[in-house]
Amino acid sequence: MAINIKENEEIVEEVLNIYPEKPRKNRQEHIGVNKKDACGSCVAKSNLKSLPGVMTPRGCAYAGSKGVVWGAVKDVINISHGPVGCGHYSWGTRRNLANGAIGIESFVPFQFTTDFRERDIVFGGDKKLEQAIHELKGLFPTTKGFIVESECPIGLIGDDIEAVAKKTSADLNTAVIPVRCEGFRGVSQSLGHHIANDSIRDYVVGTGKLDESKKTKYDVAILGDYNIGGDVWASMKVISEMGLNVVAHWSGDGSIEEMKITHEVNYILLHCYRSMNYISTYYNEKYGIPYIEYNFFGPTKIKESIRKIAALFDENIQEKSEKVIEKYEPKMQAVIDKYRPRLEGKKVMILVGGLRPRHIVGAYEDLGMQVVTAAYEFAHKDDYERTTNELEDGTIVADDLNEHEFIELAKRLKPDLVASGIKEKYVFQKMGIPFRQMHSWDYSGPYHGYDGFEVFAKDMDLAINSPSWKFVKPSWKK
Amino acid sequence: MAKMTKEEVQKTKDWMKTEEYKELNFKRKSIVINPERACQPLGAVLCSAGFEGTMPFVHGSHGCVAYYRNNLSRHFREPIAAVSTSLTEDGAVFGGQANGFEGFKNAINLYKPKMFAISTTCMTEIIGDDLGAIVTNARAKGFLPEEVPAPYANTPSFVGSHLEGYDNMLAAIIDTLGVKNESVSDTINIIPGFDTTTGNINEIKRLLNIMKVPYLVIADYSNTLDSPLNGEYKLYNEGATTLEDTKNCVSNKATIALQKFSTKKTLSLLSEKFKQEAKAVKSPVGIKFTDEFLMTVSEITGKEIPKEIEDERGRAVDSMTDAQQYIHGKKFAIFGDPDILTGLTSYLLEMGGIPKYVLCSNGNEEFKNDIEELLKEYGCDEGEVYIDKDLWHLHSLVMTGPVDMLIGPSHGKFVARDAGVPHIRLGYPIFDRVNIHRYPFYGYSGVINLTTWIVNTFIEIVDNISDDAHFELLR
Repeated sequence: MAINIKENEEIVEEVLNIYPEKPRKNRQEHIGVNKKDACGSCVAKSNLKSLPGVMTPRGCAYAGSKGVVWGAVKDVINISHGPVGCGHYSWGTRRNLANGAIGIESFVPFQFTTDFRERDIVFGGDKKLEQAIHELKGLFPTTKGFIVESECPIGLIGDDIEAVAKKTSADLNTAVIPVRCEGFRGVSQSLGHHIANDSIRDYVVGTGKLDESKKTKYDVAILGDYNIGGDVWASMKVISEMGLNVVAHWSGDGSIEEMKITHEVNYILLHCYRSMNYISTYYNEKYGIPYIEYNFFGPTKIKESIRKIAALFDENIQEKSEKVIEKYEPKMQAVIDKYRPRLEGKKVMILVGGLRPRHIVGAYEDLGMQVVTAAYEFAHKDDYERTTNELEDGTIVADDLNEHEFIELAKRLKPDLVASGIKEKYVFQKMGIPFRQMHSWDYSGPYHGYDGFEVFAKDMDLAINSPSWKFVKPSWKK
Repeated sequence: MAKMTKEEVQKTKDWMKTEEYKELNFKRKSIVINPERACQPLGAVLCSAGFEGTMPFVHGSHGCVAYYRNNLSRHFREPIAAVSTSLTEDGAVFGGQANGFEGFKNAINLYKPKMFAISTTCMTEIIGDDLGAIVTNARAKGFLPEEVPAPYANTPSFVGSHLEGYDNMLAAIIDTLGVKNESVSDTINIIPGFDTTTGNINEIKRLLNIMKVPYLVIADYSNTLDSPLNGEYKLYNEGATTLEDTKNCVSNKATIALQKFSTKKTLSLLSEKFKQEAKAVKSPVGIKFTDEFLMTVSEITGKEIPKEIEDERGRAVDSMTDAQQYIHGKKFAIFGDPDILTGLTSYLLEMGGIPKYVLCSNGNEEFKNDIEELLKEYGCDEGEVYIDKDLWHLHSLVMTGPVDMLIGPSHGKFVARDAGVPHIRLGYPIFDRVNIHRYPFYGYSGVINLTTWIVNTFIEIVDNISDDAHFELLR
């Protein structure tokens, strides 16, 4: 069903009408309808400040650094440096699964904090941090390093965590990496990704060595897969079957040991462009390693991506890759045959971070569903440029979509499914609209790769077609 | 980067279970590992959700507010509304007043609140923003209409925990709205405190209804955070404490707080400024503390405790004696917020259980004394109470001195897994079980619920581990 462009333009106008002149002027630059022949980034301005007093979906730089990039690295200890809250709220809530014994090989499920009190604010926390790192090394001797993630107070009281990192790193002969991701920096999580990438560049890249005898011409690294519900394992299964050798994967189920040798690979396969394009570009500039963006959501995009990746390699890989496609196509067809009749024509509104609103469109389309809104929390210009061709003309595109706008759009677009985060989930469910969390896969997953698509299809079906939705209106009021 | 061998992993694992490791673990001073404690503004946001038409307004970065909304939403499985002033780096340099003004204006326009409940974050505390001045100036410049009250509380995250945040916000709201009337009403105020078990609030209301006591629950989010799904999303749900009732609450007969560690400031405000009889009871968990609560209500109101409640009590005692053999002598490790722990300790002792470790990340000496007195009362010399300790300390404790069960919030599940014992979810937050917060552990119904959960879990284990010969029908 084609989208009525004019109608959607009117809907956007209507939704913006609640604002007085000034905020309206601000917000209208962030919402529009998609037009493929226009420049992608013209639809929505991005990476700008959120309006105060408005329920933005955005988080902070700390959330981007600790919650996303570094928090998933399993063999290091992430120290939430500052008061107790930030570490508490980001404790175990992102679902980046990791193999390995907890407390020995994986520290992902922990919340380590220097727990600032008033006296630390007054007298500074550098000494405390130094002692904390020593104490942790004693209690967890198998850790491969420490990541010091600054919370707001650190930058405001003028602590010198870089000096502490340098000293403790020398004292303990281990990596100690300061990350200046105070929550007030930037306008969203996005700057936190960048800051974390920079810290990897400054402290990790190129510090290890891959044994020459282990090197192959098929060595690749997967970047920007956080292993939500096992995503990277599902992706690696496909990539390995293509004949490629995954030397490192960041940062889901990842390790600093792998990060240290990533410069030895031949190609970087980049899934989440938004959060790891910085470091990928750096590898390209410094080591001449090309990076290639790929999309492992849904069989159509997976097939495209497999061929795109295979084209970088020789016939051996290309042949194997075609076999992989051949092997999984019947399985995928069976999934589509099962679920598509139940989902055909269903409309979905998406609001997620900086990648999935464009990346996951193909998976919905494989199921016959239509994306009627694609909104980002913290995308940049280059993301919007990558978005426009993925969407039908007339699809509503929005940046930093706030709760009010989201609700008002939903009232008019009447979606069959809303795909967003925990803050949004219960708002829409109260409205009787089925919902899936697209940050954390609603405690399910994986959604990546061929294995993931089967789970994805099942989850969308169970959300939309659950009999429980039939009881929203009382029987005596129907 | 050689991977550790299985033997090496096991060796480290075993070492982490030793007395030697425990000693090392208890020596640390500068790092906290898995503390069951959140920060002040979270408590302020929760408290605000209990007032009619109220928008929590947090002065600071929107990242903080995203975290509180996430955290509370995951526990209640409900929408949580809150806004921030979205401060960024320039706010840190120039102060947050301009964002405050714009925030009021935008929020008034979009959300039409009847009240703002303003709290702070680390950032605005450190840069020294003056909330009073921001509110006064916002009113003078027309950003904040006179008819929208805007109580404000300083809630620095580097002081106390979510309990103090709740208390500071509640005190500010009552202080701002409260107007002392000439006449005193018969109504009594109930302050639940930072209690995220909506079932508890409903249970207290039910008991007071049976007693025919006129009451007002202050900061009542039992409806707003347990709202019906009927096809309509309401930003402000019905059933919260009205602003009119809050205005008058200072003239009510008395105030009973059901937690003492999250209501200290509020209770002294009520007794000192508003000259009201205001006191905290022990959280009504178990028979004794429920009796005490009801007797306190009876004493204050002059209403008798009716037979209906006596019968209920009798049924609860019946459920205890029916099941006490399964708890008697069993050892428990319990953790979480202090008032819940005091109540739970009392209940376990009533059942003949042993509260072997009572561990509180945000408890003080007063709390410690409360627990020790209870242990003494029951002649329990095996109980140990730990304040300002975290779940990694608890890990060492249960690995060196085993228990039969853990009771506390979801975060304890990793300790329970390593110890190989069951874990009953109770308190805040519960992220991995559904509906628990809807069931009361307060009152006599709470006694039955606790007994059911604990005992049936033990019985389930016996069934699971029994060989053919011992797999019996009867338990």
